[in-house]
Amino acid sequence: MKTLDAVIAESPVFAGLTQEQLEFIAGCAQNVHFEEGQIIAKRGDAADAFYLLRIGEVALDIDVPNKKSVRVDTVEAGQVLGWSWLIPPYQWNYEVTATELVRAVSFDGACIRDKCASDTELGYALLMRFSQVIVGRLQATRLRLIDIYGADTH
Amino acid sequence: MRAVLAPEALEAIVDALRRRDWRVIAPTVRDKAIVYEEIASATELPVGWKDVQAPGSYKLERRDDEARFGYAVGPQSWKRELLAPSVRLVQIKRSNGGLEATKDAAETKRTAFFGVRPCEVAAIKIQDRVLIGGKYADEDYLQRRESSFVIAVNCGEPAANCFCASMGTGPKVEDGYDLVLTEITGGTHRFVAEAGTDEGAELLAELPQQPAADADLTAAQTVTDAAREKMGITLDRSDVHDLLLANLEHPRYDDVASRCLACTNCTLACPTCFCTTVDDANDLSGEADDRLRSWDSCFTLQYSEMHGGGTRKETKSRYRQWLTHKLSTWQDQFDTLGCVGCGRCITWCPVGIDIREEVAAIRATQEAKS
Amino acid sequence: MAQTLTETAGSLEAMTPVPYAVTAKRRDTYDTWTLELEPVDGDPIVPGPGQFNMLYAFGVGEVPISNAGNFETDERLVHTIRAVGAVTKALCAAEIGTVIGVRGPFGNTWPIVEAKGKDVVVVAGGIGLPPLRPAIYHVLKNRKDYGRFALLYGARTPTDLVFLDEVKSWQCNYDVDLDITVDVGDTDWKGKVGLVTKLIPPAQFDADDAQAFVVGPEIMMKFVAQELMNRDLPAESIYVSMERTMRCGVGLCGHCQIGPTLVCRDGAVYTWDEVESLIAVKEL
Repeated sequence: MKTLDAVIAESPVFAGLTQEQLEFIAGCAQNVHFEEGQIIAKRGDAADAFYLLRIGEVALDIDVPNKKSVRVDTVEAGQVLGWSWLIPPYQWNYEVTATELVRAVSFDGACIRDKCASDTELGYALLMRFSQVIVGRLQATRLRLIDIYGADTH
Repeated sequence: MRAVLAPEALEAIVDALRRRDWRVIAPTVRDKAIVYEEIASATELPVGWKDVQAPGSYKLERRDDEARFGYAVGPQSWKRELLAPSVRLVQIKRSNGGLEATKDAAETKRTAFFGVRPCEVAAIKIQDRVLIGGKYADEDYLQRRESSFVIAVNCGEPAANCFCASMGTGPKVEDGYDLVLTEITGGTHRFVAEAGTDEGAELLAELPQQPAADADLTAAQTVTDAAREKMGITLDRSDVHDLLLANLEHPRYDDVASRCLACTNCTLACPTCFCTTVDDANDLSGEADDRLRSWDSCFTLQYSEMHGGGTRKETKSRYRQWLTHKLSTWQDQFDTLGCVGCGRCITWCPVGIDIREEVAAIRATQEAKS
Repeated sequence: MAQTLTETAGSLEAMTPVPYAVTAKRRDTYDTWTLELEPVDGDPIVPGPGQFNMLYAFGVGEVPISNAGNFETDERLVHTIRAVGAVTKALCAAEIGTVIGVRGPFGNTWPIVEAKGKDVVVVAGGIGLPPLRPAIYHVLKNRKDYGRFALLYGARTPTDLVFLDEVKSWQCNYDVDLDITVDVGDTDWKGKVGLVTKLIPPAQFDADDAQAFVVGPEIMMKFVAQELMNRDLPAESIYVSMERTMRCGVGLCGHCQIGPTLVCRDGAVYTWDEVESLIAVKEL
């Protein structure tokens, strides 16, 4: 298993940060794990944490009254889970559940957020990187609006 | 084998063909047009008639001589005989919960095509390549083709829409015929005849004739030379394949689309257009299906229909398909050009779209870019 | 082995449907069924991987349907059909014992034999899996002749995945890197959610020595090919299956043209570099 510092340093979402910035972020990080089926966050919860998934898969669901919840996305090992910690109103938007055993690095988003308020360079750097994560998810989601498998007949 | 024939010898040709119990299809005037129909006598040829053609316009006018073949081409082509408009291929019957399919073995009597223009000989060669020169040969076409006897007639009177010279298919035919005639109206009205096959030579030997002198051969050459000069070159085919493929989104297609009615006349009149559809037609009892092969046209909406809709919904796309296929991608598919320069698509287009003009318009902007 | 004709053949034979009886039928999704067919008389035709047959429903018409059979082991014709029009609806309504007409096989084959020694990447979208099944079975039967084998399968929802039990059995019984995703799932769906393109970056293959086989609607092929090329797989190593309306199936009627090619005669299997520019022109 890699050390926490190594995982953080190698993750694309922290690429290009200064050593000082990386050390600060590492100071806000710890290893966590979730059991299969464990709820990581619910819609409306304060988004004070985000995660780098090392092993396992996490599902994002939307509850639909009187029906089964819809699974709108999954986040896999190697990806970032959570950006609402950086974007107001700092709330989780989905039901977030571990679909299998998950090992992740958890980050104290509230703490990093506070630091960004005064350290605007760090704030800008993180916003630049997380906005790319968001854009990637948005584009991937929009492509699913096209129905590329032709499942819907005309 | 060569000879000179007097105009009266044409009746001898018809007699000789009918003696063999062959059908004779030849040009004749009907409904103010020169069409190809079965004839019983050479008097049914369009004696003293010529055609005046322009984009979207066709009319017949009297000549001041008795030329037998003094016109260019009519609305039909020999495609109607060889790639018949509608043919039953197979009959499928329901039987005891099963299916029984019987192939149709239609036999066509030997048929003489009397009066095939060089552009038409070229068109037949092209259809031969498409329909019997590939991995699968259309058996109905093959049977009719093998039953055909071609008497070609070189051109002396190109119409305004003719551009066989531009396409390298005329006005003089080099091969692909059993017998070829060149009509000379200047001086003594006569025909120079030349056999292209043994069967053609056999027929020629039966006709009243004179030997062909040098003067006759020169006169015949002059006829086709004059025709070639009269047409000039109105479509540059040397680079048309790449030109069209490099300009698939050219704004000219929007311009054509605003005029084109997608009426399919061009594909009906065109001697090389070969698209057919295979439809199964139920009879009223519901116990038998006739599998029919019928003419089809890429200009119809149904032509490209698949589940999920057609792939060429816009008229623009369908015109582009026809133009690029005819002059460009046909070459990739069959190693020949698809157009013989007969001009029918120009004459019979109700809005007078001229394929030569469209290509030139695309080329003009192309050249302006470079 | 697949039947190929090296000389010119008469068309009438090829235009005449041969009676085949439905011997098995299975519903795959709400609008897709798989039929197994055996000839009423004589030996069955043996289509190659990637080839298609024209299937005929008496009194209704004909459609081209890809061969989906595993003829490494048995000789029944297998066709997976989506009921979207009159003919496909009639075929899907056939019962065991119903006789339909079959003509074929037509078209070219996946170069799966030529891919020996290489890594293989199969990317299927929705009911794009059945046309790849014959090629997949060839690889599985000759597994040691190939390198890594990544099978990437995507569909709109979990109910649109076909042959799922069989696909999962491949993962258990053979050395296959299987990855499945759906556009949108529900809480019963235990797998990935996302477009099938999501499965390409982590897929295990050596771009210098691999061939990809992709089947799905043109838009899917476009995005998948792009993602494969982002992994440095050359366009000439990406094989796709094109679809166009067909009538004769033997290169005589002209209907299946796209640009310079006749799909029934030159395809349906093409390399991506052959078709990329054709797909890029709207309504070509």
